[in-house]
Amino acid sequence: MSRARADEEEYWHSSKFRAFTFDDEEDELSQLKESKRAVNSLRDIVDDDDDDDLERVSWSGEPVGSISWSIKETASSSTGSLDGRDSGLQRGSSSCAALPKQASSYSLSSLFKGRNKLPSFQSLSDALSDTGVKNYTPELRRPKAEYKDYSNDWSPRDTVRRMQRGKVCSLERFRSLQDKLVLLDEAVAGHDGNVITALTHLCISLSPVEILFRELEVRQVALCHLIHFLKEAGEQKFLLDLLRFLDRTEEVALSQYREHLNIQDVEKRREFLKGCIGLPFSAEDTSHIQDHYTLLERQIIIEANDRHLESSGQSEIFRKYPRKASILNMPLVTTLFYSCFYHYTEAEGTFSSPSNLKKTFKIPDKQYVLTALAARAKLRAWDDVDALFTTKNWLGYTKKKAPIGFHRVVEILQRNNAPVQVLQEYVRLVEDVETRLNLATKYKCHDVVIETYRDLKDRIQLMAYKCKVERGSADEEKINSILNNVVRNAH
Amino acid sequence: MAAHLSSGRVNLTALREAGRRELREFLDKCAGSKAIVWDEYLTGPFGLIAQYSLLKEHEVEKMFTLKPGRLPQADVKNVIFFVRPRLELMDIIADNVLREDRGRSPQRDFHILFVPRRSLLCEQWLKEQGVLGSFIHREQYSLDLIPFDGDLLSMEAESAFKECYLESDQTSLYHAAKGLMTLQALYGTIPQIFGKGECARHVANMMIRMKREFPGSQNSIFPVFDTLLLLDRNVDLLTPLATQLTYEGLIDEIYGIQNTYVKLPPEKFAPKKQGEGGKDLPTEPKKLQLNSAEELYAEIRDKNFNAVGSVLSKKAKIISAAFEERHHAKTVGEIKQFVSQLPHMQAARSSLANHTSIAELIKDITTSEDFFDNLTVEQEFMSGIDTDKVNNYIEDCIAQKHPLIKILRLVCLQSVCNSGLKQKVLDYYKREILQTYGYEHLLTLNNLEKAGLLKSQTSGRNNYPTIRKTLRLWMDDVNEQNPNDISYVYSGYAPLSVRLAQLLARPGWRSIEEVLKMLPGPHFEERQQVPTGLQKKRQHGENRVTLVFFLGGVTYAEIAALRFLSQMEDGGTEYVIATTKLINGTSWIKSLMEKLEPAPF
Repeated sequence: MSRARADEEEYWHSSKFRAFTFDDEEDELSQLKESKRAVNSLRDIVDDDDDDDLERVSWSGEPVGSISWSIKETASSSTGSLDGRDSGLQRGSSSCAALPKQASSYSLSSLFKGRNKLPSFQSLSDALSDTGVKNYTPELRRPKAEYKDYSNDWSPRDTVRRMQRGKVCSLERFRSLQDKLVLLDEAVAGHDGNVITALTHLCISLSPVEILFRELEVRQVALCHLIHFLKEAGEQKFLLDLLRFLDRTEEVALSQYREHLNIQDVEKRREFLKGCIGLPFSAEDTSHIQDHYTLLERQIIIEANDRHLESSGQSEIFRKYPRKASILNMPLVTTLFYSCFYHYTEAEGTFSSPSNLKKTFKIPDKQYVLTALAARAKLRAWDDVDALFTTKNWLGYTKKKAPIGFHRVVEILQRNNAPVQVLQEYVRLVEDVETRLNLATKYKCHDVVIETYRDLKDRIQLMAYKCKVERGSADEEKINSILNNVVRNAH
Repeated sequence: MAAHLSSGRVNLTALREAGRRELREFLDKCAGSKAIVWDEYLTGPFGLIAQYSLLKEHEVEKMFTLKPGRLPQADVKNVIFFVRPRLELMDIIADNVLREDRGRSPQRDFHILFVPRRSLLCEQWLKEQGVLGSFIHREQYSLDLIPFDGDLLSMEAESAFKECYLESDQTSLYHAAKGLMTLQALYGTIPQIFGKGECARHVANMMIRMKREFPGSQNSIFPVFDTLLLLDRNVDLLTPLATQLTYEGLIDEIYGIQNTYVKLPPEKFAPKKQGEGGKDLPTEPKKLQLNSAEELYAEIRDKNFNAVGSVLSKKAKIISAAFEERHHAKTVGEIKQFVSQLPHMQAARSSLANHTSIAELIKDITTSEDFFDNLTVEQEFMSGIDTDKVNNYIEDCIAQKHPLIKILRLVCLQSVCNSGLKQKVLDYYKREILQTYGYEHLLTLNNLEKAGLLKSQTSGRNNYPTIRKTLRLWMDDVNEQNPNDISYVYSGYAPLSVRLAQLLARPGWRSIEEVLKMLPGPHFEERQQVPTGLQKKRQHGENRVTLVFFLGGVTYAEIAALRFLSQMEDGGTEYVIATTKLINGTSWIKSLMEKLEPAPF
């Protein structure tokens, strides 16, 4: 065990344990405020002068003349008014992350299918020794000395080193797979990922897949680089073939599962997920994938049904609370909330009923109660809320029980603007006296406060509380009567 | 502009100068007027090397951000693309070039500058799109280590950790080694190399190999650095997960610092003139640069946030008093002197106003109940309490659907502090997360497991208590105001990574062999020959200079802890920090999350 019990006790009571507290909170905050006041008051003295001596800063804080500032400036002054106007908007959408992948026309798959399809691929070397550049102005011509670089006699090691330095070199000499693997080994030894990936790529295009895979299996570094590249480039099929060959079954499964994210059509997505269930995931993950499939299946049914209900205008709940979005592809808990909101009273037999969801996905009690409570409270269905926590024992007596603790119930109800009458019913059920008093005071549940003080026989607090209730109200009367009662009893 | 770079023990202006020189040389290769098309990600890092004025001196007339479609009609001779070597960017470039109006005259010349490395694959890609021939110059700009401050360098390679530990793609390590070679070319050979972790070993090997292969790199510069310490991030997965409690750390946690800039909500930064206030409150975020060029910031950035308030109020009093001086200025000489000090006082005042506002913003958050609860749980885990069962607070946060990243940070922290979770606990968390946030996050959970941040306790042994005790990672009596130990940066937790650096300097790693073996990866020492003429004869009392390189990222709190060690009177060592990327728990976890397509509506 990590710690003896006594240790733990000591820890809790000694309060040596320092959380991030501000010792003299009031003081410090007021200090800050004061500093600010002081500083602000100095403005009048200072600000008459121009800011000549300070670095010039535009409002956004960017120093005038910084690169990103200048992009905006020069762009907006360019002839096309279009560029200037939407530069703000476009800037956001132009970042590479926002670019939809499918928009690009990656042609790599064609490269991977075999050599006959890519007579041009030998041309990685062309890319490197490319001289056919148009607009080659005389002054830009490469210096004479560099022409020597076109020598075909570089050894594999020199070739790789030149590639590392980004220099021009020809790879035409290295025709066979063996030649290329020698290059690749050199690259791996040199650790330059750029060259490794490029050479692995070169090997791919020129050899039957199985032979290449076998060669790569003994070249783990190159293999990792290739796998990373395939993932980046979205070369799913080739990646899966490779992983299967390597017998990395779980990775195959995950990688295949990932693909569902690219399928927009829900029916197709559902079919795809169905196919994923049989993949070699770990036992735990398999059950999650199964659940994912089942959930989407349910959502499709519910969505079709509810869309119809909503558009036909027959159902009151949909008329009163139109749906904000479709339920498709939402998480399980969100779906449960939805179902508690729109389909609360349905029998367990229907797919859209909360109890069916609870059973199918083995949702724990706590989670279920929390979600149902939030949904019913939002609808202000206080009877349903009441029923959630009412249990009957075998004698027929009812009892209130909450698996999440009544203080949490109060919080959730409060967040949904429950009226005081409802709120105080649950505040009353909070077991811990101190918490109960705190909540009751915070949410003005006078009855509960008064009763609690009465039970505690705390006259002083009760008297003090009198000023918190309205004058002449029933609450004040109640306090008075209790106080009098106690007095009478004392006599 | 770059005075702050020369304020430290090592003058990093030289590195910046080298970067500027290379940039000028490239620009001059493309004769005539130019437009630059920027990969937007690069503008931040480039801004730390050069301002627009430098580009303008070299005939850069227009600048645009890279986006698909037709390039803007700028009347220039050259169009230069500044890009990272990424395939998706090549598609945009190809699109730009293909849409260029062939009929226009004179035609514009195209060039590409790859940062930091030319990519053969990208060029192949361009070739397949049929545009490679359109580029006259295709070059690379080795912007490996970018000077951020007088003692701080970063490669700003976002995905370095993911690539190294998830994909086993070590390209970024190659760039790190390259950057270290550049550094040695400028500041002399580093005689001693220490390291811990697989990636550290790898980088050291590459450096040694590069040195052997390029004998030209033998230089005759007097070594500035005495020691290089290479640290793998996965040796210390714990530290970035915890909430940083230094001023700078909190700014980063809450608002995110990008390339030394932070964007803040504008409300607290009222318009300058009171008369104009009120009618149009600024809606754009307030952007501020944060570095040691600002005197006040340099003083407070590394303090525990609890110690910042008192400094600010002291400063306010001093400045108020200084302005009061004007009433006492009687003679012309006195008035003259007062006026001559005005600009400096004015700068100090505006700096103080800014930081008072920032401190207020942060305080609103640190005094919130949720911040307190979250921190309490973190500190329980780090001090080894209840790490082996399902935590109530985490459960509550999931039920209330707090941001997923927050949940993941806490669960990973618990896992790391328990050397892995019990299978039952792990399964429970996973289930709760998938049910609440969506099953597709299974992919993210798998990534976290692969990176070792989340795991089940297989060996059945929890090493963390031993590590914690031996390295004194948890300090009960922490002094936030006048710290005497690095643990002040997390109000009790001393970052493991920095403890390793501290113990290396004194008394040496031999004293902690056992613990080092518990942490992943090898630890090692290498020596690099320095010609006898260049060997250092240390003056009495002169501090050693150690470069600590964090492979996979470093947090501002760790930097603060190292600065604290630098400033210790009897410390004997000053630190310069380098990293692949400046990170915090949130940005780090985000980099490991599977990128999910946006919801279809």
